[in-house]
Amino acid sequence: MATLEIRDLHVTVEADNATKEILKGVDLTVKQGETHAIMGPNGSGKSTLAYSLAGHPKYTITSGTVLLDGEDVLEMSVDERARAGLFLAMQYPVEVPGVSVSNFLRTSATAVRGEAPKLRTWVKEVKEAMERLNMDPSFAERNVNEGFSGGEKKRHEILQLELLKPKVAILDETDSGLDVDALRIVSEGVNRVRETGEVGTLLITHYTRILRYIKPDHVHVFAGGRIVESGGPELADKLENEGYESYVKGGASA
Amino acid sequence: MAEAQNIPVGSTTAGSIAVAAESTVVSRMSAPPSFDVADFPVPHGREEEWRFTPLERLRGLHDGTAVANGDGVKVDVQAPEGVTVETVGRGDARLGKAGTPVDRIAAQAYSAFEKASVVTVAKETVLTEPIRIAVHGQGGTAFGHQVIELGAFAEAVVVIDHTGDAVLAANVDYILGDGAKLTVVSVQDWDDKAVHVAQHNALVGRDASFKSVVVTFGGDVVRLHPRVEYAGPGGEAELFGLYFTDAGQHQEHRLLVTHNTPHCKSNVVYKGALQGDNAHAVWIGDVLIEARAEGTDTYEMNRNLVLTDGARVDSVPNLEIETGEIVGAGHASATGRFDDEQLFYLMARGIPEHEARRLVVRGFFAELVQQIGVADIEERLLAKIEEELEASVA
Ligand SMILES: Nc1ncnc2c1ncn2[C@@H]1O[C@H](COP(=O)(O)OP(=O)(O)OP(=O)(O)O)[C@@H](O)[C@H]1O
Ligand SMILES: [Mg+2]
Repeated sequence: MATLEIRDLHVTVEADNATKEILKGVDLTVKQGETHAIMGPNGSGKSTLAYSLAGHPKYTITSGTVLLDGEDVLEMSVDERARAGLFLAMQYPVEVPGVSVSNFLRTSATAVRGEAPKLRTWVKEVKEAMERLNMDPSFAERNVNEGFSGGEKKRHEILQLELLKPKVAILDETDSGLDVDALRIVSEGVNRVRETGEVGTLLITHYTRILRYIKPDHVHVFAGGRIVESGGPELADKLENEGYESYVKGGASA
Repeated sequence: MAEAQNIPVGSTTAGSIAVAAESTVVSRMSAPPSFDVADFPVPHGREEEWRFTPLERLRGLHDGTAVANGDGVKVDVQAPEGVTVETVGRGDARLGKAGTPVDRIAAQAYSAFEKASVVTVAKETVLTEPIRIAVHGQGGTAFGHQVIELGAFAEAVVVIDHTGDAVLAANVDYILGDGAKLTVVSVQDWDDKAVHVAQHNALVGRDASFKSVVVTFGGDVVRLHPRVEYAGPGGEAELFGLYFTDAGQHQEHRLLVTHNTPHCKSNVVYKGALQGDNAHAVWIGDVLIEARAEGTDTYEMNRNLVLTDGARVDSVPNLEIETGEIVGAGHASATGRFDDEQLFYLMARGIPEHEARRLVVRGFFAELVQQIGVADIEERLLAKIEEELEASVA
């Protein structure tokens, strides 16, 4: 069973010629089949955690370990992490001019699966996945994320999630910028992947709204660069009612 | 307006739109156009039209010390039926009709060539196969003159392929009769040491369409000067360019479209990728809309993708408008570094770094390559781009 283990993760960024510590000791274990919601206020370091796990070069790991099935993730390059089964649905997906969605998806699936998918079944697979996400087939011929609306970008991220079938999926604010219909469609996509029981999900969000569609097994409150409280789904209800205020103060003084 | 983003250190993207009574495009040349090299002073390097060019690497083309030797270059013309191919002497009346040399090297080429090649497509002849002109450098120095003339309503595709090693200065004239359609692909696929300086003069007839595709990969110094004028209203010119500038290479493309006739169109798109130390690309895009050229529609764009540190781009779009009665006029220039966020996004989907880079660079050129419209050239270009990238990864 695939397991992602994050131990005492410390991460810094370079900003204005100064080194700033953003993650201050994150501990978390995500097992295949589980869904963990990470909730926290703006600027608490949620995206930093997501990017650090994916290997973004801007973030420097100063201490701690990340293991995927016992393998040292931090030793891997960005593409190796993806091929090892890590997937990051980004908060702000990047536009790649001149590269069509269909070319991108196929190149990516070929890399992650280790062989080129058979053309006929692949075309069908993509077409059906796009239909389920209410994406017009014309998106396949457009350039990656170029001119996509916020909601379209998020659907495109979930399309990749469905096609790449990772062991661990990190979804960074996949709910932000979505209207109610889009939120439902995107959540259904995530749930289809979850229902296979083969993915561990780290659902990063600021709002509880998405948790009505995607039921987490565990909820963690993230503040000041680490997890300050963990609990079951009921913790989300508490956050819904009380907000993050008590944690922000606690985080700042800690 | 000119846009500039993420400009690598040392590069420039200046741009201007001037509304002037008198053209500065013309006035900033060191001497008026002339067929005689003696009418041009030897450049010292600070002149507006020479300031980007490394004169010391021109192997004497600019100062009269370059001397032609017998088999400097070999020219081989393969033409389908319906095409006349002639080698003519200096006195032939068809030479120099499309334009006059505007700088010392073009005038030097005109003053020094011995035989010219004239390729003619008779009126109303529509070719289904391209005319292929292979210019192969054999290590020598040469001065050349090439004329390609299409009669009224003739249609042709011409591929001029430059390979090998040479020091070559040349003028190329394209003369399009009324309603003619000419596509010319000029590929500069020289060996590393070659020096190639040329002026291309297109004279676009009434309602004629001219498409120029300039592709520069090789050479030590390549400096090309594609120019367009119109012989009647309704003419259209598309000038596409693609360059891949490697370490130490100087590739300079200086364009001038002169809208001297009403109701003509021009569209200029040049894109370049640079990699390696002292890779230097220069793009000058001059468009002049004369007072009489009412109804002009023009756009020019230059984009550069800088793949590594140490490369330099100078990109100068310049639009001069002497009449307000136009359909449209615009320009854009942008030079950007290879985008690490794009690389991260692709790699985060499992795509290895060198493949991700290839995707992005291919993507950068793809749209332009698709507009060439000559299938075997499109494929060769894509293959060449891959080759350049492979070399950079290795
Ligand atoms: N590349 C960077 N350079 C400089 N500062 C950064 C960088 N990335 C993150 N930070 C800083 O680190 C802190 C955490 O940012 P992060 O984006 O991880 O927060 P977040 O919890 O995802 O917030 P949000 O809810 O707004 O998405 C912020 O103060 C942010 O400004
Ligand atoms: Mg964030």
